[in-house]
Amino acid sequence: MTQTTSQPTRDAILEDASRMAIVRRQRWEDLLFHGVTKFFAATVLLALLGIIVSLFVRAWPALEGFGFGFFTKVEWDIVNDDFGALIAIYGTVISATIALLIAVPLSFGIALFLTETCPMWLRRPLGICVELLAGVPSIIYGMFGLFIFAPLFAEYGQPLLSDTFGEIPVFGVLFSGAEIGLGILTAGLILAVMILPFIASVMRDVFAIVPPVLKESAYGIGCTTWEVVTRIVLPYTRAGVIGGIMLGLGRALGETMAVTFVIGNAHKLSPSLFGLGNSIASTLANEFAEADSELHVSSLFALGLVLFLITFAVLSAAKFMLMRMEKAQGSKT
Amino acid sequence: MSTPVASANRPVREVGPKQASALYAGRLRRNRIGLSLSMLAMALGLVALFWILGVLLYKGFDAISWSMFVESTPAPGSAGGLANAILGSLLLVAVSALVSTPIGILAGIYLSEYGSATRFGSVTRFVTDIMLSAPSIVIGLFVYALVVAPIGYFSGWAGSIALALIALPVVVRTTENMLRLVPAPLREAATALGAPKWRVSMSVVLRASSSGVITGILLAVARVSGETAPLLFTALSNQFMSSDMSQPMASLPVVIYQFAMSPYEDWVSLAWGGALLVTFAVLTLNVIARVVFRDKSKA
Repeated sequence: MTQTTSQPTRDAILEDASRMAIVRRQRWEDLLFHGVTKFFAATVLLALLGIIVSLFVRAWPALEGFGFGFFTKVEWDIVNDDFGALIAIYGTVISATIALLIAVPLSFGIALFLTETCPMWLRRPLGICVELLAGVPSIIYGMFGLFIFAPLFAEYGQPLLSDTFGEIPVFGVLFSGAEIGLGILTAGLILAVMILPFIASVMRDVFAIVPPVLKESAYGIGCTTWEVVTRIVLPYTRAGVIGGIMLGLGRALGETMAVTFVIGNAHKLSPSLFGLGNSIASTLANEFAEADSELHVSSLFALGLVLFLITFAVLSAAKFMLMRMEKAQGSKT
Repeated sequence: MSTPVASANRPVREVGPKQASALYAGRLRRNRIGLSLSMLAMALGLVALFWILGVLLYKGFDAISWSMFVESTPAPGSAGGLANAILGSLLLVAVSALVSTPIGILAGIYLSEYGSATRFGSVTRFVTDIMLSAPSIVIGLFVYALVVAPIGYFSGWAGSIALALIALPVVVRTTENMLRLVPAPLREAATALGAPKWRVSMSVVLRASSSGVITGILLAVARVSGETAPLLFTALSNQFMSSDMSQPMASLPVVIYQFAMSPYEDWVSLAWGGALLVTFAVLTLNVIARVVFRDKSKA
């Protein structure tokens, strides 16, 4: 830091002093910079904490009033101020499950195609198409579902489903009832298209990190592409694939607009997937701005809290899976 | 690495040449079926995309006219446009970008330059990733409880805060990822010249990755431009032209939602026009973001 001369002149000493001043100033600036950036990084944590605390505080009157029964009660009676969350939770979980059942195999197919069979020059444009599908705002999916898909589904899809599966005992109940195109099944189908690109792009990314040597040795002993993908790539990327699926699930659970348009917005618990229903998010979107009684508002906050906690758990699990994948990746290379 | 090998270890059967060729044919058949199905999945995805875009163009094109850009939202039955909603959307998104960009970039700098190995850093990274996919309607609820309820009325500010909360994690994570791509020798060289760490971070590392950071901001703007749910209980909507952020404010997605759910035909038609506008804007932003990043990263 200092110039070491045998006989420091006055100038050199002064220069040293001013240098030290600069160094000291810079040290302060660095400390300040560190503090400021850390503070802003903390805002994200604060936001999360704020969400949980404020939702909980606002939801407390309902949670206290209805107790644990809030989560198992079917009634949602605005007139008599009697609220239970079961219908909304049921609608949320079932529509998200349908979405996953459809989106996961399709995403796997897309990821397989994009990483293995697609000719090189097509990979980029097709990848962009998948990302554009992810970029379409959710309200567009909702409008598309309500105006275009639902009428077609009522005319062709639902009769086909009820003719095919309707006769099977027990299982057939799922595909019975009025065929009006809206309902939980439609919501699940629209959600499936929405989460498809998210799952597909995670799968594609994790498929791409499989070491070429592994795949090449499998091809070398005569495996077909299908065998390489199902027996080498898929086991190798298991954690990442599950992480991607959970990520999609998290999206599907919390999606509002696409579901609100097509789920029917009826507080009914219907055994048929054709039946109208409600999800947590669609209930909030429909009722929150018009809720008057304190208990109603509080119950809606309680629904929001439930939704947030469920998605938080699902997304955490997804993140853990993906982190495990990364870590395994890091230790091997 | 042990798992794939173990699962590929099937018991070996002795087979004659005839059986062997049958076995091989079966495997080939399975391969062909699997690959055809995957191609079908890709085709289905493309059909969904182009069907949605096609419908948007077809339905939205009829509604787009000059009056859509200059007139405010009409009462049922009368003519009108979406001017107030367009202005509202621009204002809400601009303010939210102005709020979330500096916060997000600084937070991203912390995560990449200071917090890569600390516990606080990894917790923040984890939470940011969760907030990235957190249900946007819950963010709306939170801002309602935080801003709207205490003040007593819906406002553009509240809407912008909600959108900023959604944009923030996008900016943080892309900034961090982009800064991490900057090679360490660049930092070392700057430090060796005597630059303090803040200067290294701001003038060297951030500048080197500026195109990546801009990509992040564009993606965040694209993401919030189409958000409806968080605005429902924060900015609400406004039938009239207003640029007053302390009043309820119309925005394209919310107006689309209201109009599309209405029984009036001209409202539904306007909703399609707005939908085309929003989607076009969002997808263009997405494409620009990718082009910006690709051009700069090549150079």
